[in-house]
Amino acid sequence: MTARRLAAGGRIDRTRSLAFTWDGVPLSGFAGDTVASALLAAGVRVVGRSFKYHRPRGLFGAWTEEPNAIVDVTLGEVEEPDARATVVELCAGVAARGVNGRPSVARDAYGVLDLAHRFLPAGFYYKTFLRDWPRREARIRAMAGLGRVAGTPDPRRFASRSAQCDVLVVGAGPAGLAAARAAAASGLSVIVADDRFIPGGSLHWRAATIDEQAGADWAAATVAALAAQGVRVMARTTVFGAYDHGAYGVLERAADPPAGWAAERLWTVRARRTVLAPGAIERPLVFPDNDRPGVMSADAVLHYLRVYAVRAGESAVVATNNDSAYEVALALHAAGTAVIVADLRPALPEAARAATAAGLRVMANTAVLGTIGRNGVRLVDLGPPDATSARAATMRVAADLVAVAGGWSPTVHLASQSGFRPRWDAARTAFVADTLRGDQHFIDAADIAGALEAGHAAGVAAAGALGRTVALAAPRTPPPAAAAPLRALWRVPIRGARQWVDLQNDVTADDIALAARENYASVEHLKRYTTLGMATDQGKTSNVNGLALLAEATLRTIPEVGTTTFRPPYTPVTLGAVAGLRHGRLYAPWRQLPAHAEHAALAAEMREYGGWMRPACYRRAGEDAAAAVQREAAAVRGGVGLFDASSLGKIAVAGPDAATFLNLMYYNEVATLKPGRIRYALLLQETGVVYDDGVVARLAPERYLLSPSSSHTQGVLAMLERWHQTEWPQLRVAFHDITAAWATFVLAGPAARAVLAPFTDIPLADDALPHMAVAEGRIRGIAGRIARVSFSGERSYEVSVPAGYGLALWQALLAAGAPHEITPYGVETSSLLRAEKGYILIGTDTDGMTLPDDIGMAASLRSKSVDFVGRRSLLMPEARRPDRRQFVGLLPADPATVPAVGAHAIERTADGGLRSLGWVTSAFHSPALGRSIALGMVQRGRALAAAGAVVELYHLGRITRARVCAPVFFDPTGERLRA
Amino acid sequence: MLLIECPWCGARDEPEFTYGGEPAVRPGPATEVGDAEWTGYLYLRGNEKGAHRELWCHSAGCGQWFVMERDTVTHATIAVVRR
Repeated sequence: MTARRLAAGGRIDRTRSLAFTWDGVPLSGFAGDTVASALLAAGVRVVGRSFKYHRPRGLFGAWTEEPNAIVDVTLGEVEEPDARATVVELCAGVAARGVNGRPSVARDAYGVLDLAHRFLPAGFYYKTFLRDWPRREARIRAMAGLGRVAGTPDPRRFASRSAQCDVLVVGAGPAGLAAARAAAASGLSVIVADDRFIPGGSLHWRAATIDEQAGADWAAATVAALAAQGVRVMARTTVFGAYDHGAYGVLERAADPPAGWAAERLWTVRARRTVLAPGAIERPLVFPDNDRPGVMSADAVLHYLRVYAVRAGESAVVATNNDSAYEVALALHAAGTAVIVADLRPALPEAARAATAAGLRVMANTAVLGTIGRNGVRLVDLGPPDATSARAATMRVAADLVAVAGGWSPTVHLASQSGFRPRWDAARTAFVADTLRGDQHFIDAADIAGALEAGHAAGVAAAGALGRTVALAAPRTPPPAAAAPLRALWRVPIRGARQWVDLQNDVTADDIALAARENYASVEHLKRYTTLGMATDQGKTSNVNGLALLAEATLRTIPEVGTTTFRPPYTPVTLGAVAGLRHGRLYAPWRQLPAHAEHAALAAEMREYGGWMRPACYRRAGEDAAAAVQREAAAVRGGVGLFDASSLGKIAVAGPDAATFLNLMYYNEVATLKPGRIRYALLLQETGVVYDDGVVARLAPERYLLSPSSSHTQGVLAMLERWHQTEWPQLRVAFHDITAAWATFVLAGPAARAVLAPFTDIPLADDALPHMAVAEGRIRGIAGRIARVSFSGERSYEVSVPAGYGLALWQALLAAGAPHEITPYGVETSSLLRAEKGYILIGTDTDGMTLPDDIGMAASLRSKSVDFVGRRSLLMPEARRPDRRQFVGLLPADPATVPAVGAHAIERTADGGLRSLGWVTSAFHSPALGRSIALGMVQRGRALAAAGAVVELYHLGRITRARVCAPVFFDPTGERLRA
Repeated sequence: MLLIECPWCGARDEPEFTYGGEPAVRPGPATEVGDAEWTGYLYLRGNEKGAHRELWCHSAGCGQWFVMERDTVTHATIAVVRR
């Protein structure tokens, strides 16, 4: 390794040396370095192994366009796979590892794959493993691929933010800053987002004089002036996606976040106008063995030299087809690198004059015909661009760097994400974005002078579109020298040698020709067949060369070939940033019951039910959950149980037309319900499917209280609102979700009334408050409500008090019930008690096909004459099929075995197969019956139950038997409810 | 992410809204509606390319349902109508 850091210069902080490791080897760099610049400074040449052939690869670019330097980065507990070394800011203690190399990218055992490259052309996997991909997938993935995912949770914190502005400027290079300056001068609110560490863009490595200052100084002064005007200038911030109506996805990375601070913030910025000033990316040149470490973008070479003070090579060939490389050649020469310039163009341009004057050897009509060197360029063959054989080389030079300048591709991605395809501009040999969404301005300039002028004009235009004027002159810069045109040469016409187009995906010029021969002539097909332009760099350097070669191979023009579709994100976005805080406990925050602390004190087993944390059961020492459920259920039937039902939905419905409206909504008749009475009712979807069940209480002639299932409360409320607003807006009725305002406890069991009586002034005598009655009154002096409804089959009172009194009431009821051995019981016990009674649990016993008649509720369809929601659907042929699945009870032949929920009831077909008749939906051991019971949905189930038929139950290959019966196992006449 | 003009609250981000599909006129009375007509009301929508009438609810705002006419190609809002 050769140290390549210059003694002075660059934008690094030489007072802060940072230690890091590369594949386990300790190295050091400076603050301000990227991992890539530190590796280059340390003389590391091989930074990766190619995806398919495991070829050694070095740095090509200096920023997000980098195709080769894919590294896994570890810093403390943070592991980031497949990071691009060129954009990872160096910090102390970083461990970086090359990917796809075993044991390391420097000495990779799979390197032998490259010898077999003739047998691994484009489409190799498709062709070879069409039939037994599943068997081979694991091995292929181990050989071809990228980094390793840690598999541990990401400890970083991520945040989400929103912002609005009049003008969003994307990019803070000369164009973006000029635009922001103009827009801000008009008094508009402006946000500038730039993905680099420091605003200024190419002004940090391309020479410029603006308003009599050095370019970088002008950038710093402009940023300071913008900040003083209240413009938010965001560094390390990528605008990765353009969405509808001026919305942009923006990822902001914190430089060095304090503990607990967000590492990245995902912004949604809504802008009235947007100035896109993203700059341009340099294209490679395509020639034989152009993938060796040491072949680099000329612009990247200049970037490393001036920003990081790193010389990319001792002796360089600068290969170019345009003028922009001459600044690079001169800078390398000034830094002490021996430089030869190979210009593809037939005659030397004006720009070559300064290089020649400086003593550089500059050759016209010269191309690189090949490179030699095992783990990096050592020798370079030069010769005429029209050479058809490597033997045509006229010169072999020693060089460890080939700086290639293949022309510039404007970064049209964001502009094109809105659906406007970029246009091929033959004069500029580039795709340009000149058809834009109405709220966007795109700046596309060939040089800094053009960028300043166009940027200023865009800022003025954006302000003008919002009715503002700009009284500010454009930044001044000396006029640039006239540039000579570029010479497009998409490959050297030498056959047989591999000329790389897409370094990240190992796609060669021959692969593209092969794909074309195999009729993958559409650019979208080409991409998928060869993988050109895929993966982390999305073809930022390779796409145009690939399209041009496809055009040549198919005898079409580049516009005829077109581009693939541009979609967000422009660069990879951390999934953690997309999730933000919406994960884990915060994804859907759990709701707690008013008496949560009491349940916790009783060591309840808390589980999540429909977003609520509720006690499943209350385990005692030495008891498992199943035993606790059995004990609690027996205690309810034998004495009294206490159940926290506060999560049960409570929707207040009020208005003169409340009865009329609810009668249109509910399947069951609820308009005739007398005040003080309760009815069980189903709510259907318009398709007739049972959506929810619950009790409807009429508190007063114009006042109802609905009790939807805990998890359906929001859905029921939304449904009521929608039908009211869109179908029956003339009805005077209003709805309010009061679930959280009330604590509701159920006292159930023969001793329930005795426990409750001392608490209330509401008469509890059976003639005053019979089953299915409700009364409002005082509970320990507080306005409350008692509803006599039962989900257990026992005498049961639902007591409701304002939520704040819930905890105290729970404690008081437990204390008062002590003489009766009152037993708190949980959701699982409640579910067992209701199963013994055959009460359905919506979503457990029913599904998205269940109609009322299927669960034995056919009467309303016959008796109700209003067009309630879902009525017409129940008259459809499908609803009247005789072989529908019906809700039944199942008594297992073996009373000691509880069948699996989901087990199929089956019949044998004539050919000896098994056919499902339905399935088990609930199954328990019943303490009341001392045996197993089950509920299920079975075809023609009611007829089977009437006949006492025995069916087979099939589960995971085992068959058991059960007798079909009516779905009620305990107290079928309901005596316990009333007595 | 659309910017939706709630006719009651003004322009708000799409996540504040619930989509309700194309408005359909409920045929009735149930006893006189044919199976085919009912099926059409339940399931068949025009799904036009271009101008498209849709029901939206400002569910995280005022809770009101309204009709928005929207271009499904350009996503431009053509009109919003209070009900």
